[in-house]
Amino acid sequence: MIGVAIKGLLGRKLRATLTAFAIVLGVAMISGAFVLTDTLGKSFDSIFNESYKSTDAVISSKPAVGSSTQSDAAPAFPASILTQVQSLPGVHAAQGSIEDKARLVSPDGGAIGSVDEGIALGIAASAADESLNPMKLVTGQWPSGDGQIAIDQSTADRHHFTVGEAVGAFADGPVVEYRISGIVRFGSVGSIGKTTITVFDLPTAQRLFDKVGKLDVIRVGADAGVPPAQLVREITPLLSDTTQVKSATDQAASDSRETQDGLNVIKYALLGFAGIALFVGSFVIANTLAITVAQRIRELATLRTLGASRRQVLGSVILESVVVGLLGSIVGLFLGLGIAVALMAILKATGVDLPDHSLVFSMRTVVVSIAVGTLISLLASLRPAVRATRVEPIAAVREGAVMPASRFARYALVTSAIVGVASVALFSYGMFASDVEIKTRLFVLVAGVLLMFVAVAMIATRIVRPLAFVLGAPGARFGGTAGSLARENAVRSPARTASTAAAVMIGLALITFVAVIGQGFKSSFTDAVNTLFLADYSVSGGSNGQTLTNKAADAVAAAPGVEAVSQMRSGEAKVDGKTIFVTGVDRSLTKVVDITWKAGSNSVPAKLGARGAFVLDRYATDNSLKVGSPLAIETPTGKTIRVQVAGIVDPPKGGSPFGEVSVSNATFDGAFANHDNEFTFVNIRGGPSDANTAALQKSLTAFPAAVVETRDEFRNSRTKDLNQTLQILYALLGLSVIVSLFGVINTLVLSVFERTRELGMLRAIGMTRRQVRRMIRHESIVTALIGAALGIGVGMFLAVLTTTALSQYGVVFAVPYGTLVVFVGIAILAGILAAILPARRASRLNILEALQYE
Amino acid sequence: MKTRVIQDEPAGRPVDSPSTPGAETEASGAPVVAAARAPVVSAQDLTRQYGVEETAVHALRGVSVDVTRGALTAVMGPSGSGKSTLMHILAGLDQPTAGDVRIADIEIGRLNDTQLTKLRREHIGFIFQFFNLLPMLTARENIMLPLSIAGDKPDAGWIEELTTAVGLGDRLSHRPSQLSGGQQQRVAIARALVSKPTVMFADEPTGNLDSKTSGEILELLRASVSSYGQTTVMVTHDAHAAAIADRILFLADGRIVKDIGSSTAHEILETLQEVTSP
Repeated sequence: MIGVAIKGLLGRKLRATLTAFAIVLGVAMISGAFVLTDTLGKSFDSIFNESYKSTDAVISSKPAVGSSTQSDAAPAFPASILTQVQSLPGVHAAQGSIEDKARLVSPDGGAIGSVDEGIALGIAASAADESLNPMKLVTGQWPSGDGQIAIDQSTADRHHFTVGEAVGAFADGPVVEYRISGIVRFGSVGSIGKTTITVFDLPTAQRLFDKVGKLDVIRVGADAGVPPAQLVREITPLLSDTTQVKSATDQAASDSRETQDGLNVIKYALLGFAGIALFVGSFVIANTLAITVAQRIRELATLRTLGASRRQVLGSVILESVVVGLLGSIVGLFLGLGIAVALMAILKATGVDLPDHSLVFSMRTVVVSIAVGTLISLLASLRPAVRATRVEPIAAVREGAVMPASRFARYALVTSAIVGVASVALFSYGMFASDVEIKTRLFVLVAGVLLMFVAVAMIATRIVRPLAFVLGAPGARFGGTAGSLARENAVRSPARTASTAAAVMIGLALITFVAVIGQGFKSSFTDAVNTLFLADYSVSGGSNGQTLTNKAADAVAAAPGVEAVSQMRSGEAKVDGKTIFVTGVDRSLTKVVDITWKAGSNSVPAKLGARGAFVLDRYATDNSLKVGSPLAIETPTGKTIRVQVAGIVDPPKGGSPFGEVSVSNATFDGAFANHDNEFTFVNIRGGPSDANTAALQKSLTAFPAAVVETRDEFRNSRTKDLNQTLQILYALLGLSVIVSLFGVINTLVLSVFERTRELGMLRAIGMTRRQVRRMIRHESIVTALIGAALGIGVGMFLAVLTTTALSQYGVVFAVPYGTLVVFVGIAILAGILAAILPARRASRLNILEALQYE
Repeated sequence: MKTRVIQDEPAGRPVDSPSTPGAETEASGAPVVAAARAPVVSAQDLTRQYGVEETAVHALRGVSVDVTRGALTAVMGPSGSGKSTLMHILAGLDQPTAGDVRIADIEIGRLNDTQLTKLRREHIGFIFQFFNLLPMLTARENIMLPLSIAGDKPDAGWIEELTTAVGLGDRLSHRPSQLSGGQQQRVAIARALVSKPTVMFADEPTGNLDSKTSGEILELLRASVSSYGQTTVMVTHDAHAAAIADRILFLADGRIVKDIGSSTAHEILETLQEVTSP
């Protein structure tokens, strides 16, 4: 029996190959996600380890409260600690340095990289050549004194900077000219991604970053035989609340944690998309097997007459699927490896220079990829395999035997209704229920969505006919006989068309869902900006939330015609142990932001002083705050702000620039380490005009990172980022649509095979090859359109539920009609593509052989 | 298979003979006077070889034949005599290895696939042993299929007349699965006649029918030749079927060995025996 299954597979290579493709892509995503994130993780680890290569312990700042995501949230510590540490027994050497952010100005005048991509180091010239220093000199000399800077080699190479040249650099202030004293590299790694590294001598860095007499990091080397743990024990008593000491290994691990967490998010997201692709693939496999089992009734019955037991029939169908799954998984495993290699190459080409690290192709990657792919194929084969066992031996001699109906066929409608109701119930529970743990919630949501797809696939059998009638109408009207025959063909086996279309549905439902939710965000954000934005201009560090130094705001204020400049800063803090965002505002706020007050008035911001605050409506309600309520805000610097509520703001649904609590900038600056502006709004005489834009830009020439935008530009640049995110999601979900195309191809190939004699007759009575191709193509388009119609319907339904559940978070239900039309167009295109191979086979049939085909 | 079997019309019911034979002949577009002389399909020195060298099979070894206009020609012969191959080549479904075929004065050897398809649309009708109807179309839609494939407008009067003539009046909206074998073959005959082809080919048209139904179908074929002057070529191994023909060609070993006029079934059987036994 095993031999029969394998030979059968070999005899149908094309079908086996197409079926295998149903899981190749999903498995490739699994293996690609693993290889990519493992390799990147290893690369980053080597960077962080390099940073503390000959160091045993590291002293650094730590935020008093809140997450460490804002690395500059903690204040620098006094330099006197260095001398204390140096005098400790067991300490061989200790080196204090400044580690902050600064960016270089490229020869064309723009800032190089984003805020987080410019690392600045302040290193004492005397300690520069010590082994504790992770930076190594390549050419020239270490910077010494004002006006000297060293830069990293890959930045120098990329922008053609050479020793002795002048280069502009800026941190919290305007651009300052430096002379390049030397070129350095980062340990043996060379460079770190797109990061630019600038090195100043210690006093210069302390002045530049406003840290005179302070340090950010001390690297400590132990005497021979002294373990790091002992150093840590000795140093700990010397430190304050916002300073910490860790062994070099621990420090490297915690430095890399943020990166590893980021990589994990990418990994799980990719695995999620792989899961979707595999789910679609399982539909494709199940459908293909169901069709082939139906076509092989005679063969299966013959095997039964020859003595094969039901169990053997079952086994042969399952085995066939497992072999296909195994082969598909192996191909997918290596395809994923190839994709990872290609992505690394693309990263490298776009300037993300990672330390060369061979690919990490772990055993886990191999095992998980192959096991998942094979298991999915096995599960997908169960239902068709069980049906194959129902073939009676008598079918071997009976003309035109058909598949016996499943024992459960008559319960199909009830079952699908129950599954449908259950899926909606699960999804709604996941969306609406309160007090559910996030993991449970996600699990319930995913289960609900998957069940919904199954339910719709089951119900689809019954609505394929009317859907095909409507969706096939244009083809029937304009495609001649080929078009109307195609429509008839599409409904000849409603179950087959339904499950083929269901596979297409899944991808399109998710894409539609993403599009509708995205549109909801966009439209509520647009509303919010239109409601709030009174200012003539925004000056910011860029569209993705990059901050801008407040000195830029001062520079703008001096521009001719400027009537008001309002600065807004933002930082993470804690109230009653819960993390909130605190905003710093100034008295000009009401001139640039149109605030709706639930309590208080436009006079509130000017009167905040040292004790006043205003809060968001939702925060006030959740915490029963009213005007006069006291608030104690713990900040990462270890200070606590005590304020009273002076006003309550009712922000629009799409959000606002305010955190839960807003205080005056003076209060803010006293308690937060980072005084950069998140938003800077400007009013200027004459309002937005080309001349005023130019005037503002001119006033900001010393701040190459500043971006001047009018209201519309502000809104568009921020929705553009959302659009990019949507496009990435579309692309990832598009993979599952591609998987479903293999299902369409498979079904068509099998249908063509089944209708061979009919095609011969049509050709004999005058159908041209072109007409045959058109007939197959139209059938494919009708199938794809049924999938699109179901998918868009399900996607919209999910979006309605989601937006209803999330309405308080500003997500509105808005239909992106244009985008949906594009999706329908893509479905048609997909149908055309899927039909290419089957149509070719159908049109190339030899008429005589086809007519004699049994 | 659960097919609702519907009995054919009462046995022996003749196909409605046309009230005005002259007018019907006009309708078929073939002037009866010229019919007997000008061949509509002619073949010269046809050979058809499958495979090469030692393994080569010679299906036809030099066949020349003119199909008589307005007549029913039967092609008979034992299995492997080449009768099917001859029909396929005369119908433009297959190309000869050597020799020329002209259909309605068109040399088909030079036609590409699309031209050949268009030629079949215009000049050739087919009746198959297994009916070959499309299961998802009604009887009427099946009949109209050649017209709709060609994009031609059906002539309502002609369709009405044709469906009455083949005796399908009240079954036109049924699907093939709801029709008996005989009814299905009637649909197939109507489908072949609907485009008024220059020549109609029937491949064992009664091969899949019982003897009573066979008789009815043969009568229908005979009537279409007699009343519409429909040139017809029928391949059969059934002497009773061949007995309705105006002319009978006997093939053996890829050659025409006998070419006789209208004969009885008994005479045909004798001739067949004569040509088969060496």
